[in-house]
Amino acid sequence: MYAIEFKNVSFRYEEEQPYVLRNVSFQVKAGEWLAIIGHNGSGKSTIAKLMNGLLFPTEGEILINGIPLSEESIWEIRRQVGMVFQNPDNQFVGTTVRDDVAFGLENRGVPRSEMMNRITSSLEQVRMQEYLLHEPYRLSGGQKQRVAIAGVLAISPSVIILDEATAMLDPLGRKEILDTVHRVQAAQQLGLITITHDLNEVMQAHRVLVMNDGEIWTTTVPRELVKRQSELQQIGLDVPFVTQLAHALESQGISLTEQPIDHEELLDALWTLHLNK
Amino acid sequence: MNNLLIIGQYVPTNSIVHRMDPRIKMLIIFFYVIFIFFANNVFSYALFTVFAIGGTLLTKVPWRFIAKGLTPVWFLIVFTFILHLFVTKEGTVLVNIFGLPIYSGALEQGAVISLRFFLLILLTSLLTLTTTPIEITDGVESLLGPLRRFKFPVHELALMMSISLRFIPTLLQETEKISNAQASRGVDFRTGPFRERVRAVIPLLVPLFVSAFKRAEELAMAMEARGYRGGEGRTKLRELRVMKRDVAALILFIVVVAAALITRDYS
Repeated sequence: MYAIEFKNVSFRYEEEQPYVLRNVSFQVKAGEWLAIIGHNGSGKSTIAKLMNGLLFPTEGEILINGIPLSEESIWEIRRQVGMVFQNPDNQFVGTTVRDDVAFGLENRGVPRSEMMNRITSSLEQVRMQEYLLHEPYRLSGGQKQRVAIAGVLAISPSVIILDEATAMLDPLGRKEILDTVHRVQAAQQLGLITITHDLNEVMQAHRVLVMNDGEIWTTTVPRELVKRQSELQQIGLDVPFVTQLAHALESQGISLTEQPIDHEELLDALWTLHLNK
Repeated sequence: MNNLLIIGQYVPTNSIVHRMDPRIKMLIIFFYVIFIFFANNVFSYALFTVFAIGGTLLTKVPWRFIAKGLTPVWFLIVFTFILHLFVTKEGTVLVNIFGLPIYSGALEQGAVISLRFFLLILLTSLLTLTTTPIEITDGVESLLGPLRRFKFPVHELALMMSISLRFIPTLLQETEKISNAQASRGVDFRTGPFRERVRAVIPLLVPLFVSAFKRAEELAMAMEARGYRGGEGRTKLRELRVMKRDVAALILFIVVVAAALITRDYS
């Protein structure tokens, strides 16, 4: 059984309109980190909304932990699939951090005594426990997104989706969020789906699904993906600097043993270059 | 940031009045506003005055904050007093000011009405001084609870109130951003004739509304994704509980009202 399974899913907003998604099939295993990447309008955010019943497929079927998505099952599915959106301000419902984390618990009728424990432990996981009584306007964008993640963790889902959750943050906030989800995902064996248009952010993922014009362009691992620099640029994705440098070196006749995926690997490849000769 | 506007005039001194149940505070104020109109002699007025002043002292809120809260109404209080001085023609003439006679009844009436006005404003302002907006929201939700039987959307109303409170600072920041953006494009908000300045607000309001609608849509989606489906089967994190101090305050208030009702003149 897969955490998430898409079977030949197509979607359009209304009849007679072009399809936003065409015949999309893929699976996410429990505890796996899948990155979905694509340019604007490639259908990647539509996939996110389909996963927890904010939209329903026009054709095809979606299974979450084996449960088919339907009008009857959306509340159970929304308990299992937590979602963090792009704009940190527009998903903060509570007047304080504590109230916001509580929102999802209140919706599900969790008793008050249990609520306090869950709020504390989920805030600890995102390292925001000192901010319990802070109002949202006193938090940075990255901190608000961490609270949003805590709000999702509090309902103990099996899958977390980050729908461009770092797009509106500065580089520091972005790192904050990616580190947080990476840590939490590894600790709890959660299924994690990150949706982004930035190739830099997919490098830590286990698998990458590339969307282009409503169709799956390819599914691969990050290291293989960045080898296809020119093709990626054709579908409107910017290749990370490390990859560009590796390619430039290669064209100068300096070939590295393995395609580096971050600065550290590049550095190692460079200083051990002569040892391998 | 505009701290003052966000939390209203709330002054966190954590006094016993602050810790009271907001529902009890609202009930007391509500009935105080009604019963003060029954006072009609020195003793009954004294009771209500002592109650209001005593309550104010218990809040430990510095007097200058209270005075600041009363600033807009000082004028009205003084105006009412002066109006009564010249309009009421009862009792004996005390003095003549520039040919206008001042009657003793006018002095009395003016003082009484001004005092009543002052006490009303003082006690009601204690609510916002000692209660956070979110506590007031919870209190309103709880007090309106019985209306649920008549299909009145109590939970929805309270949620709307708390979301509005949550978004006030966000929208203020946004207004500032848009106003800077428009000013940098040459819109003049500060000078020129009044009509021009009113017109300059339009390029501020239109983008603000557009973005507020967009925010509302995204917020609705985020709420839905977090499992929100109305008030049914929902639990609440913030809980209101009537404590000993609330019962004590209520008893004290009932005693004051009863004493005032007994001692007022019925002739």
